[in-house]
Amino acid sequence: MTVDVLAPRAATGIVGRTHRRPRYGTHAFLIAISLVWIFPLAWAVYTSIRPYGETARLGYVSVGGAYNLDNFFKAWSDAELPQHFLNTLIVVVPAMVLVLFFASMIAFAVSRYSFRFNIALLMLFTAGNLLPQQVVITPLYRMYLALPLPQPASDNGIWYDQFFGIIAIHIAFQLGFCTFVLSNYFKQVPRELNEAAVMDGASVWRTYWSVLLPLARPALAALATLEFTWIYNDFFWGILLLRTGDKFPVTSALNNLSGQFFTDNNLLAAGSLLVALPTLIVYFALQKHFVAGLTLGSTKG
Amino acid sequence: MADYSVPPYAPPVDSGGAFAPQPGGVAPARRRGRHFSVLTRRDRMVLALMVGVPAFIHIFLIWIPTIGSIVLSFTSWNGIGGLENIKWIGTRNYETLVNIYPPFWPAVQHNFMWLGAFLFIATPLGMLLAVILDQNIRGTRIYQSVLYMPVVLSLAIVGFIWELIYSPGQGFINNALGIAGTPDQIDWLGTKGLNLAAVLVAAGWRHVGYIMVLYLAGLKSVDNTLREAAAIDGANARQTFFQVVFPVLAPINVVVLVVTVIESLRAFDIVYIINKGLNGLELLSVLITTNLLGEASLIGFGSAIAVILLLISIGPIIFYLYRTMREMPE
Repeated sequence: MTVDVLAPRAATGIVGRTHRRPRYGTHAFLIAISLVWIFPLAWAVYTSIRPYGETARLGYVSVGGAYNLDNFFKAWSDAELPQHFLNTLIVVVPAMVLVLFFASMIAFAVSRYSFRFNIALLMLFTAGNLLPQQVVITPLYRMYLALPLPQPASDNGIWYDQFFGIIAIHIAFQLGFCTFVLSNYFKQVPRELNEAAVMDGASVWRTYWSVLLPLARPALAALATLEFTWIYNDFFWGILLLRTGDKFPVTSALNNLSGQFFTDNNLLAAGSLLVALPTLIVYFALQKHFVAGLTLGSTKG
Repeated sequence: MADYSVPPYAPPVDSGGAFAPQPGGVAPARRRGRHFSVLTRRDRMVLALMVGVPAFIHIFLIWIPTIGSIVLSFTSWNGIGGLENIKWIGTRNYETLVNIYPPFWPAVQHNFMWLGAFLFIATPLGMLLAVILDQNIRGTRIYQSVLYMPVVLSLAIVGFIWELIYSPGQGFINNALGIAGTPDQIDWLGTKGLNLAAVLVAAGWRHVGYIMVLYLAGLKSVDNTLREAAAIDGANARQTFFQVVFPVLAPINVVVLVVTVIESLRAFDIVYIINKGLNGLELLSVLITTNLLGEASLIGFGSAIAVILLLISIGPIIFYLYRTMREMPE
């Protein structure tokens, strides 16, 4: 929120920061690093479009032979990717929406009204978000086996091995970061706005829903982008709190695919790229929000 | 947790009934405008729910299990039968862990090596790139996009993508060296001692971009007149950065430090997907998982490892909270 995007410093700089001298050395360094950085993905793309037979004949580091998308079709069906993508969608969408909803409510309350445990609560949330997941997993796993959950939400009567359980832990875990960011955001909104709403007889809920929440749209967009990526990328909760293979979200499903894929690098490359694609698309389409989300959490507060 | 799951409990005590009208800051001098009119009963209820429901979810699923880990670490329980089968055994789990359990010390060592590699190689590189890219370099956007790209990938996918580079028979390195398929081929991910370094390169590939973005944001918020003043005083670029800019970046440095430490302790996906965290890739996070999912299901023992992980991470967390809350507006 404090990022004054690309303010042209050269214009204000009287001294230093001159740009007349072309910086060949700097560019050479940056180009070299960028090539190194892009290489693993480029290599994955290249490997993925070559049939296994061709690379076996010509070697992996070679040019020529056939190029096609067969590996992608094979990975798509062999790994049952449509099913896993659907599972991911079932988990990510509600988790993302609800975490923003809950976080904005609590952020609104702690930033607009003071009550006794204001700071303590924020600290608890922030600390909870920083804990390594493995610190909670053992008791959580037992809780999930013991907690009852009725029919429509669960097909085995408990939280374990259910989408519900995965969504719940994502919400609980991500709440910390979102609350932290949003409460800082709300604190910068002039308090007078609140008071005006109250003067007009608006209830607390109305002040939140119709006044503050619309103002937070940029922060919510940034957080949504970030949360989509983080929840999509979750591997750990999926493999520990689900058991049925058909229920695994796509990132966790990779765990069961490693044995099958590691014998055929071309298929592995295609599969990896297919799974990486949604986050890469979101990144390229919403790069601004993505970076803003990360920096919202760091530059302020 | 969805709406329909709102737990049938009252909100935690700490949020009920304690709402006071905003007093407008600590010091009376900082008061802004009029006081709120006293909230209606209904508004208080709404506020209690707005705080209580999310707080309950968070406490119930994060902090109760954290306390659970601590309690269970002093017990012996294989998860079979009810809670009544839990036996108190004092600190025996910890003694076994430290004295007998073979993968424990390697795991601790690997976690610290992970931290060291991130802290002393990946993080400074990310910072260096941010400093360079902050200088209105032509094409800075493109460089940033490329360097940042790996950050949006999960570490599981990062593991898969680097498998394409490291795999002994089909990977890029061995094929480029012409040793793939020969007796000389190097099993980068399967050789103890080598595989951790290989994994750290892959994980670092992702970490550098993350740090770079955090620093770029920090650098953009540094007041440029500071740099100009330093230049007028005759400071060179290096002096300007280390003596003027870097100290101003203190809040970012705290975030970066904590992110780096916590990421190093959380590391799990990439080693788990490569070889389930065995043979040179042991990490505390993996040991907790294998003790939970293993056939023996040693719950108390796994919890003791979790407590060790908690103890290592609690320092940076408290440090972060202390620094952040001190700078909180109001």
